[in-house]
Amino acid sequence: MRVSLRVVVVHPDLLGTYGDGGNGVVLAQRARWRGIGAELLEATSDGPLPAGDMYCLGGGEDAAQAASAERLRADGTLARAVERGSPVLAVCAGYQILGRTFAAADGRPLAGVGLLDVSTAKGTGRRAVGEILAEPLFADLPVLTGFENHGGLTVRGPNVDPLARVESGVGNGDGTDGAVTGRVVGTYLHGPVLARNPALADLLLSWATGLSLEPLDDAEEAALRDERISAVRARHAGRGLLCLGRYARSVLGRS
Amino acid sequence: MRADLDPTLPARARAAVVATRVVNALSRRLGAGSGTVAGGHVGLAVDPRLLEHLAAGRRVALVSGTNGKTTTTRLLAVALEGSLGRVATNATGSNMPTGHVTALAVAPPGTSAVLEVDEGYLPGLVGTLVPEAVVLLNLSRDQLDRTNEVRMVSNRWRRALAGSHTTAVVANADDPLVVWAALPSAKPIWVAAGLSWRRDAVGCPACAGRVEFSGAEGGGWACACGFARPRVDVALDGDEIVLSDGRRHRLVLALPGRFNRANAAMAAAAAATMGVGWEESLRQIAAVGEVAGRFSVVEVGGCSARVMLAKNPAGWRELLDLVAPGERPVVVGINARVADGKDPSWLWDVPFERLRGRQVVATGERCRDLSVRLHYADVAHRTVRDEVAAVRAAWMAYGGRTPGGRAADDGAAFGSADVGNAGAADVDFIGNYTAFTGVMSRATERTCA
Ligand SMILES: [Zn+2]
Repeated sequence: MRVSLRVVVVHPDLLGTYGDGGNGVVLAQRARWRGIGAELLEATSDGPLPAGDMYCLGGGEDAAQAASAERLRADGTLARAVERGSPVLAVCAGYQILGRTFAAADGRPLAGVGLLDVSTAKGTGRRAVGEILAEPLFADLPVLTGFENHGGLTVRGPNVDPLARVESGVGNGDGTDGAVTGRVVGTYLHGPVLARNPALADLLLSWATGLSLEPLDDAEEAALRDERISAVRARHAGRGLLCLGRYARSVLGRS
Repeated sequence: MRADLDPTLPARARAAVVATRVVNALSRRLGAGSGTVAGGHVGLAVDPRLLEHLAAGRRVALVSGTNGKTTTTRLLAVALEGSLGRVATNATGSNMPTGHVTALAVAPPGTSAVLEVDEGYLPGLVGTLVPEAVVLLNLSRDQLDRTNEVRMVSNRWRRALAGSHTTAVVANADDPLVVWAALPSAKPIWVAAGLSWRRDAVGCPACAGRVEFSGAEGGGWACACGFARPRVDVALDGDEIVLSDGRRHRLVLALPGRFNRANAAMAAAAAATMGVGWEESLRQIAAVGEVAGRFSVVEVGGCSARVMLAKNPAGWRELLDLVAPGERPVVVGINARVADGKDPSWLWDVPFERLRGRQVVATGERCRDLSVRLHYADVAHRTVRDEVAAVRAAWMAYGGRTPGGRAADDGAAFGSADVGNAGAADVDFIGNYTAFTGVMSRATERTCA
């Protein structure tokens, strides 16, 4: 084995609401299937964050999210790992707390970990809940598919790039989803996102290992991607036809 | 079940009962539903205080919690029936006030009632029905795209039960969120019923601290603030129930699994608070072989399947533990309709790794999601979208042998207490809600019930 990789799932006791711990499982397995030794560490919030080669953060509820942010800021390990170039994948609440500020349960802004130049406020409308499709804006990745479930609106600062342009769904709320700075990637996509987008998983793995990775047989993932992507696009097309029909009826009705 | 109108009911409530019965009969005849919800809606519209009126003069027990409430409701009703005569109870899936109205509107006056209650409706019902006993099973995350804050539910239960001075609360001592809810009640009875999913329970409900669990499931737990597992009144020891005064009662069940032994202990403890002796209620409970189809053996796709329902990570853990040591093929069915939760990300909270080395078929509308999950769990499997075809494929992959010859071996593998009525099944089927009901609706014949 050429490399031994340590994948750290950050605070699964606080940020584990949407099965996002699966992102760590996907990274470790895709390394192992290529003969790279990988260790998966679930780092609960009652201890210091251990050193690792890559980190995953998941979704969580308001109070848990605030507790996790406070611990990560005090601990400092994550910021030091990012300085050393370790990849970080942060999803939903995990994404929000890596920003400059995020919203407490009562809407008050709280200080984030500051690894991404984004700020998140509570949205005023309905929660964004549903399938999301987004076209990545870097690294030549195929379309991203996932499920979003959040009430926050995220605004990007000048020092960060969006991860993707939203084709269907809400994402950040301005037509983009997520944010990327260096090797820190934030997104609103659950699924878990790496199970539904193995190319993104491999990008993170190549960053962590410095290796160019041979492709794997992703038959199961490909079948799932085809199904979810076409389900979302078919629904869109259906809605378009419905609108067209209503429009036609209103025009005909008037004449 | 035709019951005369209770002459002691106020006129308005009598009209509401008639309306409930008529609408339910109509909706059944028109095939518009199971005939348990529409009538309840109309009845409550005619008399908003209908439930209160219907409950007057009855002995009422309520059962709530994330997992096991349908089974425990049934077991408690059966436990009481031997001594109290027929017991009114709500049909599966009708665990909101509309369903409770229907259950009570058809029950003769004075009949005792055991009602399954949705977690969110429990506080309101404790106030209106003044139950003699409330059974609190457990609290954990459920359908993920519905907002469900288990901590908030625990606090609401707590406020309602603190004000109910005549109610005996039978509570799971192993679930900190349940203990938090039951602690200020007048007469808590603590049952060591186990907790297989601890992730929703580590945040202390009494302070901002952290609940520490010691040892394996059923061990103690405590927070630094002093909030800790209470001394238990009822515990399970293998096939026996042990009471705090040292008495022991043998627990024999037709239903399989550790979690069903815990459900039985909770039901018998509640029956005891209502005056039915342990030996009597356990004898009644022993005969229950299936609950609303769960754990029954049905004919599907030309072979027989033991069908099981799991609705959330805690429930899946229990059932995977149950089937993993067995030998027969396992079919897992996943849908993601509204009743299931539309986001199947929770599949990654379930330890499907426990199925490694087994014959597994992934099925249901979201079989692709499951297939990816199984792939990363290193569980070799086939994917067949149609549930009935999947059951058949699993059976054929196993050789399509007829059941019977393997029953004895399976019994040994499960341990005597866990066999239940499974000996006759070719295949184990576990589905989430609509995957389970889908298979049940297509099952041709029950071979065992
Ligand atoms: Zn505490």
